[in-house]
Amino acid sequence: MSAVPALVPATPPAEAIVSVRGVTKVYPGGVEALSGITLDFPRGQLTTLLGPSGCGKTTLLKIIAGLVPATSGTVEVAGRTVAGPGPERAFVFQDFALLPWASVLRNVAFGLELRGVPRSEREAVAERFVAQVGLKGFEKRYPHELSGGMRQRVGLARALAVDADVLLMDEPFSAVDEQTRRKFQEDLLGLVATHNKTFIFVTHSIEEAVYVSDRVVLLSRRPSRVSAIIEPDIARDIAPERIRRHPVYLDTVEEIWQALRQYLD
Amino acid sequence: MAAGPLGTAALRLASVAAVLGAWEWAGRVPVSTAFPSFTTTMAAAWELAEDGSLGRALLVTLVPLAIGIAISAAFGIAAGIAMGLSRRAEWLGLPLFIVLQAAPLAALIPLLVLVYGAGLTAKVLTVCIMAVPVIVLNSYKAIRHAPASLVEMGHSFLGTRAQLVVKVILPAASPVIFAGLRLGVAAGFIGAVLAELLISPTGIGDLITYNQSIADYPKMFAAIAAVILFSVLVIGALERVEVAWFRPEKRDLA
Ligand SMILES: Nc1ncnc2c1ncn2[C@@H]1O[C@H](COP(=O)(O)OP(=O)(O)O)[C@@H](O)[C@H]1O
Ligand SMILES: [Mg+2]
Repeated sequence: MSAVPALVPATPPAEAIVSVRGVTKVYPGGVEALSGITLDFPRGQLTTLLGPSGCGKTTLLKIIAGLVPATSGTVEVAGRTVAGPGPERAFVFQDFALLPWASVLRNVAFGLELRGVPRSEREAVAERFVAQVGLKGFEKRYPHELSGGMRQRVGLARALAVDADVLLMDEPFSAVDEQTRRKFQEDLLGLVATHNKTFIFVTHSIEEAVYVSDRVVLLSRRPSRVSAIIEPDIARDIAPERIRRHPVYLDTVEEIWQALRQYLD
Repeated sequence: MAAGPLGTAALRLASVAAVLGAWEWAGRVPVSTAFPSFTTTMAAAWELAEDGSLGRALLVTLVPLAIGIAISAAFGIAAGIAMGLSRRAEWLGLPLFIVLQAAPLAALIPLLVLVYGAGLTAKVLTVCIMAVPVIVLNSYKAIRHAPASLVEMGHSFLGTRAQLVVKVILPAASPVIFAGLRLGVAAGFIGAVLAELLISPTGIGDLITYNQSIADYPKMFAAIAAVILFSVLVIGALERVEVAWFRPEKRDLA
């Protein structure tokens, strides 16, 4: 585990499926986004990367995804060093990244299409996930006919359809309105509970992080380091609507706020 | 879009009516004795259509035009896509086509006649030199500006380079490629008529020069108007083909 002191005593760590080892990223032009990040992501948990905007959260997520090369350091997923995208990881993009000329069904099936899965087979899988994210009946629609929240669900269904072990989500709820956002957060808790998947989730909202996460990793301002790891000790079997009034929830939000306010000017 | 399809149609109709009205007025003043009004021109056009000379002329003009456009589209789109995808092709081709686009290419027509004689080949090449640069440069820009986030998405879902080109980059680029093709077709029409005026009078070019020589200006303008109308119709048809084949999501909007 990392040498960083946790604010809450950590429970014995589950086996790490993703390990980030001394990752540094300097963009061409000299912007140092990440500085020596070392982190483990336990299997089956939802870990959130939380930090001020511009601190390098997207950069770290894309390095894990194999979309951006690290300047130094390595990432291992299930014991293998990452050299590019792989079938065990799937990405949910902040800007949705849907093909505007493809129907909802084709967009959801697109990851399978690229893998050469036959049409009837991939569409059957896609239909299942379209229904699971609550878009049944919208299969033939095009992205421009959907609201922001619905588009993000298409992006989520596309990532679920390829059945990856690790889901990388970059501020997936930032472009939707507050009500939809709360609904999504509840749905996400359901996904974590029902799928045996590892979620790495990026947000800049403290409340969202505490609400959905098993672990919250606080990143400092650029060049980013791990400044603390917090495990909100909220029993996951209590009703979603009660979490936000739970004393541990409120205390953890306050604790993270105190830890992050030093990065404000 | 604030105006619905009905509003758009009304706007187009109003714009056409305004232009034709101005034409009619200018012809009646008249701004020049050689300038016929819209109604006289239409009457002349009807005459030309009735005796079959307009149709025959258009068919003759269509030959170098169609061959030239087909060659320009195939070569221009292929070259533009290659330049968009490969640094080496870009390095090789981009300066050439930027110069060609800026150059007054009609000045090359005498050279073409010198080399190929005053026949079909020179006319086809005239169409090509007018149409190719704009088709190449638009195709190139279209590929270069394919959204990076979609390409990244395809990469993250394990798409190969070939898959990304076919399934992401080309469909994303198709609207701008087609816009270039439409501009290329318009330029090709200019080339076809120029060739018939400058190389040897045939087709619409012949109809224009002949009626000019006998001072039958309504018929001369009728021939000009016919070729403009034909060009507009072809370009409109091209737009439909694009939506039907490449952009299913726009079918309901058009
Ligand atoms: N492709 C890039 N080239 C240069 N600088 C970049 C690039 N992408 C991100 N950056 C810079 O790296 C820093 C971290 O960016 P990012 O990872 O997007 O932050 P976050 O997701 O936390 O808001 C920012 O200062 C940003 O401007
Ligand atoms: Mg970001």
